[in-house]
Amino acid sequence: MKHDFNKLTDIFDKYPKTQESLIAILQDIQKEYQYLPCEALEQTSDVLDVPLSKVFSVSTFYNSFSLTAKGEKVVKICTGTACHIRGAKLLQDQLENHLAIKAGETTEDMKFTLEVVACVGACAMAPVVVVGDKYHGSVKVSRVKKLVKAK
Amino acid sequence: MKEYIGVDGYQALAKVLHKMTPDEVIDEIINSGLRGRGGGGFSAGKKWKICKNIKAEKHYVICNGDEGDPGAFMDRSIMEGDPHGVLEGMMIAAYAVGAKEGYIYVRDEYPLAVTHLEKAILDCERSGLLGENILGTDFSFSIKIARGAGAFVCGESSALMKSVAGEVGEPRATYIRSVVKGLYDEPTVLNNVETLVNVPTIIRKGADWYKSIGTKKSTGTKVFSLVGKVRNTGLIEVPMGITLREIIYDIGGGILDDRPFKAVQTGGPSGGCIPESMLDLPVDFDSLTEVGSMMGSGGMIVMDDTTCIVDVAKYFLEFLVEESCGKCTPCREGLYQLHKLLEKICSGKGEMSDIEKMERLSENVMIGSLCGLGKSGPNPLMSTLKYFKDEYIAHIKDKKCPAGVCPELITYKILDNCTGCMACIPACGYDAIEGKKKEVHVITQDKCTKCGACYAVCNFDSILVS
Repeated sequence: MKHDFNKLTDIFDKYPKTQESLIAILQDIQKEYQYLPCEALEQTSDVLDVPLSKVFSVSTFYNSFSLTAKGEKVVKICTGTACHIRGAKLLQDQLENHLAIKAGETTEDMKFTLEVVACVGACAMAPVVVVGDKYHGSVKVSRVKKLVKAK
Repeated sequence: MKEYIGVDGYQALAKVLHKMTPDEVIDEIINSGLRGRGGGGFSAGKKWKICKNIKAEKHYVICNGDEGDPGAFMDRSIMEGDPHGVLEGMMIAAYAVGAKEGYIYVRDEYPLAVTHLEKAILDCERSGLLGENILGTDFSFSIKIARGAGAFVCGESSALMKSVAGEVGEPRATYIRSVVKGLYDEPTVLNNVETLVNVPTIIRKGADWYKSIGTKKSTGTKVFSLVGKVRNTGLIEVPMGITLREIIYDIGGGILDDRPFKAVQTGGPSGGCIPESMLDLPVDFDSLTEVGSMMGSGGMIVMDDTTCIVDVAKYFLEFLVEESCGKCTPCREGLYQLHKLLEKICSGKGEMSDIEKMERLSENVMIGSLCGLGKSGPNPLMSTLKYFKDEYIAHIKDKKCPAGVCPELITYKILDNCTGCMACIPACGYDAIEGKKKEVHVITQDKCTKCGACYAVCNFDSILVS
């Protein structure tokens, strides 16, 4: 995949060039490209003067980072305790079935990536599904298909 | 910021900077009895005292906003709704221990909290409440935000500090306390969001006022996230010592759909499930620990008779297996095996000897693990085994899931009162339901995956789970 890596300079400019900035920089890269492209990791390693192996280990340790490209919209099923006992598993089953992918995968047309996340902190309106950056609370089976209507 | 100052905000900071020595501040906090709201319940003032008394080039103050416990979200709402309260608490802590730099570690899942805190910090810097010579004194302090990146183990102190430094968040052995050797090996005070936000009020109104709320050993109030199968869900702030029954029935309005209460889970993945017989237990740090659960950060998840307790234990173990950093063997392998055994029981292949195996293994994991994640990891399992053994036995001996949750042990059937509304047919993703309009539908058992979608959409109670 081809990317415009000029934006990386803007990201690097925002932070002091120390290892302390590593996670923040990776987060910005993840936000910009929806994943961590290999070239971006190499440049980060150069700019911060942190070994590439270390950049790689941080990239793979934290759940927020992904080394593969994601779809246009990321659908997150919250599986926090409150959501779990209010039927998150069923929503996962329905979404997997409807999008014909498993959690962690991306649809072939690159429109949706389905993820399960530990807790989005909106427990009072469980079960919660986050589509893009929109939170949907008290999600019912009958609403699942509407949530991921391709547009 | 104006609103915060309008309700006596930063008065406490002015008071400590102009009228109190650091030791007096520490004594006031110790005297108030304020205990760590992140779950441990260690005296906040004593922690500050230890930190202050260590001679070092630098001291740090870190606010732990890595609210990882699933089912809890009070720190999020504090950081989003009262960011200045958190900052003022940090400033007072910094003055008390002699720190010049502070960090707020915020979960990646809370972008709005980051935005609000960033704005609050900027406002403070502009008006001279953060930076050099604050309020004309020689106290200088700055705060940076460190965003987490989705790792539960980073709520643990040593792992969190690694993460702040931009490294992999692996904890280290706990015999070196972070208050002695924390961030960049310097003495560091790490306090939870809710702990810090209590500080300004204590300074303003005095330790004696604070002590008048709550119980003798657990003073003040605590915020709980009351969620699950309860009528009124949300955040509640209650005095310590209130009973679980008052919380669930008076404030929570009882169980959803008036179903029978089964258990309440507190303390997140390190806590346990408390049964009905203990509903009159006062909620404070020590009582909850005594019954095998813990206060934790304040998640309170209510469960009714349709929640399977074995499934809940399996759920927590699955979470912990996923979040274990993998550094030490007891946690990495022990929790994995415990999860395997629970999966075996939930699928109807359990044997009675598995219970004993789980108990033995749990003990080893608790003794052998490096950090809190592993040490308390078996708690959800141990507490449910203690109070709900019958349900485990039902899964093992009778091959039944009394709550109707574990797919391998249940069947779905459509009853004769089915109106033939056809709502369940499209809901079923496996073409397992057949039927015509106004005729009783039928589930083809071979195709049924027991996902429960038909049960969820049926408006006529026509689906029987057994």
